[in-house]
Amino acid sequence: MSTRRTALLLLADGRFPAGAHAHSGGAEAAVRAGRIDGPATLAAFCRGRLHTTGLVAAALAAAACAGCDPYALDAAADARTPTPALRDTARKLGRQLLRAARATWPAPELHAVAATRPRGLHQPVVLGLTARAAGLTPHDVAQAAAYDTVSSPATAAVRLLSLDPFDATAVLAGLADAMDAVAAQATAAAEAVLATGSTDHLPAASAPLLDITAQQHAAWPVRLFAS
Amino acid sequence: MHLDHPETFPHRHTWSSAAPTLPDGTRRALRIGLGGPVGSGKTATVAALCRALRDRLSIAVVTNDIYTREDADFLLRNAVLPPERIAAVETGACPHTAIRDDISANLEAVEELEERTGPLDLVLVESGGDNLTATFSTGLVDAQVFVIDVAAGDDIPRKGGPGVTTADLLVVNKTDLAPYVGSDLDGMARDAKAQRGDLPVAFTSLRGEDGVRPVADWVLERLAAWTAGRPVRAAAV
Ligand SMILES: Nc1nc2c(ncn2[C@@H]2O[C@H](COP(=O)(O)OP(=O)(O)OP(=O)(O)O)[C@@H](O)[C@H]2O)c(=O)[nH]1
Ligand SMILES: [Mg+2]
Repeated sequence: MSTRRTALLLLADGRFPAGAHAHSGGAEAAVRAGRIDGPATLAAFCRGRLHTTGLVAAALAAAACAGCDPYALDAAADARTPTPALRDTARKLGRQLLRAARATWPAPELHAVAATRPRGLHQPVVLGLTARAAGLTPHDVAQAAAYDTVSSPATAAVRLLSLDPFDATAVLAGLADAMDAVAAQATAAAEAVLATGSTDHLPAASAPLLDITAQQHAAWPVRLFAS
Repeated sequence: MHLDHPETFPHRHTWSSAAPTLPDGTRRALRIGLGGPVGSGKTATVAALCRALRDRLSIAVVTNDIYTREDADFLLRNAVLPPERIAAVETGACPHTAIRDDISANLEAVEELEERTGPLDLVLVESGGDNLTATFSTGLVDAQVFVIDVAAGDDIPRKGGPGVTTADLLVVNKTDLAPYVGSDLDGMARDAKAQRGDLPVAFTSLRGEDGVRPVADWVLERLAAWTAGRPVRAAAV
């Protein structure tokens, strides 16, 4: 376990200026469709996202933090992200995170990614590189990625439904064990990728409804969140 | 350059607007933010500025709509600038966050415009309509304009708040409506003076011929300072 607790808090803080505040993690489309309408359905949505997109993101982040080739991981992330809208979003958030990371924890590796890939890498890959620059462990960043997967829909639901913020926060607290389990699973996958050099060991869990609604959401003329 | 730094990087890192030069060493465009309450005339001011200045300056605009593309579409529809010079940023129900607390999406939009259509002289960043406390980060813009209007109540300058008090230029717009809504322009000017000291205030009516002139002149002064490498912010002059 890493001793750099404070760096992890900083990276996982929703106020870390990396652009996440404009994204709902699919919650806006789910609220519109009536699939999220209160704390119970928010919890179900978050649980589903955590075990699919969340697991994949956590494993990508852990692998990047462990020192796996970020460009191979980015290609693996593309293969696990069928919708163009979500690929665009992931790269856009990756660019924004990279900007914040380079200012916060300057490191040659981060600068090199900016120079060679101006269009960005998938956000979880950049998250892993950022954690590496901040001296964190693969397990640390897997936890941060898992938390990120559920905290953005929860925050968005508060804004979209005027949900009681205490209820939304209690939903996140209730998912703590699940997040820890996902982080552990993701870390193990990252270790396998590092040991074998093959990204085939990354999980490929997907949530087809999130993919479909994300693509539809991107075409809405009026929306509060970018994704 | 720090002598103890183990590595040197050939390219410059512009994380924020603080660095005045682009990676290729040329001076980047001056960035001016326009904020203020919903409907005060920010987009109308941006459109008028573009019309007044586009023949002599290379301009681009970033809009921060709250939940639509109204502002960007208005500028496109009215053809104030070619489409490739207008970029819209989405703000997730929180327009002030995107211009102050987490400026990454706006910085990206500004840089993309500069790459796509540059070199530019001037980038105008319009905030989504917000409350009286919304201000731009100095990491995003070099100077900011706060636009209020006479019809939303002539007590706004007295109420103050960061926008009214600290903006580099306060614009009191829609003066043509003052007689109809019973707003006291002299009182507004006095209150603004009390809140802002020597910082400038412009009273405008965009309905009138060349109504944006005071704002355009102020922008040109800022640009002259920027180009000459002098401080841009009115407070620092
Ligand atoms: N009478 C009058 N109307 C004006 C003036 N300036 C703007 N308007 C009108 O005020 C309305 C709002 O103007 P906008 O420029 O869209 O205001 P905004 O601040 O950009 O609004 P948001 O982006 O929605 O916050 C429009 O109908 C404009 O035509 C003015 O000087 N006089
Ligand atoms: Mg507007």
